[in-house]
Amino acid sequence: MPTLIKGRRVVSDSWVFLADEALVPESGPVYVTLKRWLAERESLSARTAAVGVLLSPADDPENLASDIGRFALIAVEFPAFTDGRGYSTARLLRERYGYQGEMRAVGDVLRDQVFLLARCGFDALALRDDQNVESAIAAFADFSEVYQNAADRPGLFARRLAASAGGAR
Amino acid sequence: MYQYDVIDQRIVDERVRQFRDQTNRFLSGELSEDEFRPLRLQNGLYIQRHAPMLRVAIPYGVLSTRQLRMLAFIARRYDRGFGHFSTRQNIQYNWPKLEDVPDILEHLATVQMHAIQTSGNCVRNVTTDHFAGVAQDEIVDPLVWAELLRQWSTFHPEFAFLPRKFKIAIVGADNDRAATLVHDIGIQAVRSESGEIGFRIIVGGGLGRTPIIGHVVREFLPWRHLLTYLDAILRVYNRYGRRDNKYKARIKILVKERSPAEFREAVEAEWKHLEDGPGTLVAEEVARVEARFVRPAYRELPAIDAAHEHRLRAEPAYGRWVSRNVHAHQQDGYCAVSVSLKQHGLPPGDATAEHMDAVADLADRFSFGEVRVTHEQNLVLPHVELRLLAELWGELKALRLATPNIGLLTNIIACPGGDFCSLANAVSIPVAEAIQARFDDLDYLHDIGELDLNISGCMNSCGHHHVGHIGILGVDKGGEEWYQISIGGRQGSDAALGKVIGPSFARAQVPDVIEQLVHVYLAHRESEVERFVDVVRRLGVEPFKEAVYANAD
Repeated sequence: MPTLIKGRRVVSDSWVFLADEALVPESGPVYVTLKRWLAERESLSARTAAVGVLLSPADDPENLASDIGRFALIAVEFPAFTDGRGYSTARLLRERYGYQGEMRAVGDVLRDQVFLLARCGFDALALRDDQNVESAIAAFADFSEVYQNAADRPGLFARRLAASAGGAR
Repeated sequence: MYQYDVIDQRIVDERVRQFRDQTNRFLSGELSEDEFRPLRLQNGLYIQRHAPMLRVAIPYGVLSTRQLRMLAFIARRYDRGFGHFSTRQNIQYNWPKLEDVPDILEHLATVQMHAIQTSGNCVRNVTTDHFAGVAQDEIVDPLVWAELLRQWSTFHPEFAFLPRKFKIAIVGADNDRAATLVHDIGIQAVRSESGEIGFRIIVGGGLGRTPIIGHVVREFLPWRHLLTYLDAILRVYNRYGRRDNKYKARIKILVKERSPAEFREAVEAEWKHLEDGPGTLVAEEVARVEARFVRPAYRELPAIDAAHEHRLRAEPAYGRWVSRNVHAHQQDGYCAVSVSLKQHGLPPGDATAEHMDAVADLADRFSFGEVRVTHEQNLVLPHVELRLLAELWGELKALRLATPNIGLLTNIIACPGGDFCSLANAVSIPVAEAIQARFDDLDYLHDIGELDLNISGCMNSCGHHHVGHIGILGVDKGGEEWYQISIGGRQGSDAALGKVIGPSFARAQVPDVIEQLVHVYLAHRESEVERFVDVVRRLGVEPFKEAVYANAD
């Protein structure tokens, strides 16, 4: 089992991923592929337990836009850490579609990408098994400042401007 | 020159710490080679034929003398006493030890330098006109915009793992000295009729194995939208660029496969969401960055210096050097001086630590402590007083850095080639040296006139052979080094790709072939004003081809 980090701490994972052919359990939080979500949207929504979706790199997050409030988890898959599509997926979910639930990076999730993942809006990381957990948590602080606007905070110049406007008041 | 503030410095210092930790984890076996590779590449570190190669960023080609002396120090202490200035205005060291790289970076950070994103599948070091702020044909000084782009691209969280590398060039003059038409994104700063600064945005150009001239996606983008528009282009590329085949992964392939019109629509649709969003630039930020540039405190000088004018007539060698290596300046009484790193006894673009220190001393004396690196792999002293020019010439001659060959055949652009690079099919440097030796008669060289000769050791085209008036490409034929020759390429505002003249040649034949091409040109030119590339354009490849292959059978 990968270690799950959320809020910069190790937490236990109550979510179960359902393969496309697996039976949907009556209770307990489950997450499914985008394909299954689109096919079984009504019945999955009718469950009382929480539901989430797994997005592969080629999946368009726009498919979730109209249902975005229904999900308690969106997992974004990184089949290889060098496949950077998930970063765009994450920013779109947070910044364009207004997703506020747990967004989890899964797959080839490594210590050296933690800082970037957090900036793009991931608040949960399912670390690959072999990763050093302490080191991965320390990686949230690899840099104390950033230039660009992203999902986690506005860009440096916007914050500077806000600060000087505040100071002038 | 831009001066870091506290935050710029802290980010670079934190990078050093991060890379030291990554290197330690690799050396201890915690990081596999496959996992370390993308990390070290994003810090400019390659594992090469003989040793690691470290590429240090020289953002938009501007160096202070303090920085240049540090590059000399690193060449001495960690390399074999020299460095190689690349076609992307960076410097490469070919012999550092992997375990020394964190220390090298720590030294660099003390002079506001780094190796961030000089390789890897991310936004690379932004390049610009080496005459920025100097050239008389300048419409907008691109340096402030280049620095804004440096900050925007540094550790951009969304675009660290693109399908492939991503190169951006920006220019602000009529004459495109930054090759913007052959970059992933080319940016041409322009002014609207009302005087507002904006940018023409060009996408999908590039050299490599599929050379393509870029397409204009925006004729005029108001300046405040620059960063959000780039975000939109990069996002479309990051999401839809091909990742199944390394050779089809550059943005130019996406633009080509989708068609430029369709690609543009996708960018515009994406940008509609980002327009006026939080990434939109504001005047205060542009002014803040502008204010961090220390500009030269020029003296009030007459536009014409009598002694200089007199010497031009009296001393032909001086006149010849001035005609090739000295360039007009926006400021009266000043000029910019090219320091030729070609034909000084070293491979094209190489400089010894002694050269670097000597040029730094000269820049302190003659050029407000500022040096530029050109994409043609030379150095420039950008702000020299005309009345001191002869004195500077004397100093450069003594250093063998005054070869009057800027724009001429021996000002060869060459990649490091098979002597150093593990990708190369063939050597580049010995070919360049053989051609330089063949054309070492300065009178003849000047008579031939402007001629760009570019050499790449393989299809990756680091020597920009496609846009050379004469381009030479190293190819592998059954394990042997052969050279394919093209003519008619050109860089600049009317950039074009050269045409291959026919079957390739053995290395020993190359200088003869170049000489034959030059003979055909000289025989056909209508006047001295008509350059080699103009004759190729007028007559086509045929007469050149006939002459070169006539005796081949």
